[in-house]
Amino acid sequence: MNKNLGYFTNGIIKENPTFVLVLGTCPVLAITTTGFNGFGMGMATAIVLLLSNVMVSILKNYIPDKVRIAVFITIIATNVTVVELLMKAYTPDLYKALGIFIPLIIVNCLVLGRAEAFAQKKGIFASALDAIGMGLGFTAALTLISIVREILGNGSFFTIPLIPAGSHPILLFILPPGAFLTFGLLFAVMNALKRKYKL
Amino acid sequence: MAKMESTLRNMVLSLSLISMAMVAGLGYVYKVTKGPIEMADKQKEITAVTEVLPPFDNDPIKQKKEIEGLTFYTATKGGKLVGCAVKTFTTKGFAGRFDLMVGFKPDGSIKKIVVLEQKETPGLGAKMTDSSFTKQFKDKDIATFKLKVKKDGGQVDAISAATISSRAFCDGVQKAYDLYIKNFVKSATAVAGASDSTAVKGGKHE
Repeated sequence: MNKNLGYFTNGIIKENPTFVLVLGTCPVLAITTTGFNGFGMGMATAIVLLLSNVMVSILKNYIPDKVRIAVFITIIATNVTVVELLMKAYTPDLYKALGIFIPLIIVNCLVLGRAEAFAQKKGIFASALDAIGMGLGFTAALTLISIVREILGNGSFFTIPLIPAGSHPILLFILPPGAFLTFGLLFAVMNALKRKYKL
Repeated sequence: MAKMESTLRNMVLSLSLISMAMVAGLGYVYKVTKGPIEMADKQKEITAVTEVLPPFDNDPIKQKKEIEGLTFYTATKGGKLVGCAVKTFTTKGFAGRFDLMVGFKPDGSIKKIVVLEQKETPGLGAKMTDSSFTKQFKDKDIATFKLKVKKDGGQVDAISAATISSRAFCDGVQKAYDLYIKNFVKSATAVAGASDSTAVKGGKHE
């Protein structure tokens, strides 16, 4: 049981996909402009990750090594399209906000990376736990970056305005350079915390 | 069970069978979500049309008309024309095409504009969805209101750091206005007086 718990917590702190593994940085930089976007993107990726990890783990013995990447991508692309269709049907507003970044989850190397590094070697249960942990870690990181950028760049917290209308927030933080700045600074903070608490 | 070896037969079999299973699953989800997606799209259309028009009692969705790629929804109340919503688009956005819904009053002035679909930069061009940007068009008649951003010598307050999006927005509205005037108002104003149509012309030549 302890080992399983390890698979789960692994993705949240010790091997956080964003701050430690630095996988799937494209959406991390591009989509994290508002809290809702960051959270929505994180959850969408987490669901895809869970479905893909479980499927890869089930099929692992039927996937010859030489075509494994092609098979993984087929599985991931299918899951992404399923999530995309479901979002389009039941959460059209969120789908509208995330737009092109949903189909781009297909090429998010976090999903492929976990299939390759974990799911194809481990059991179904362990793979599911790993996916949930990684997904939550990714969502947490995206939400954190989004919150910082939204507060500094838009003066609001989950669209609740924090500064009086008409005043000017630091627009830079909503722009791409702000994504790099926020990402780098949070990265440093995370490393400092990790060193301090020996995580 | 041992892992399958990478022989040609195994590879072909594995890849085709897994692809087939995936396609079947995807087809099923597509079928299940097709209805709700259409409903969501239609709901969006109705909401947008209702939002940009004054109260009406007909069904503009049923009476929509397509002219040169733009969709026109005419609204009547008690048989009298109260306005026309125009679904327009522009391809000049910073991230390509985006769609707008413009509500015109029968005299050709703007009632309200909402953004339907856009993929402009979040926090910049995407701000055009805010009422703080769109409200400046309220009650404006493009015949007298210069539909260009201030940088280009017009009267539109562009979104800061998003001039391209603001320009594209004006382009989309202008397109809607031109076609609306041409197809719905011109016949009426031609009778009403020549001054109106010259004003329309003046508005067209930027």
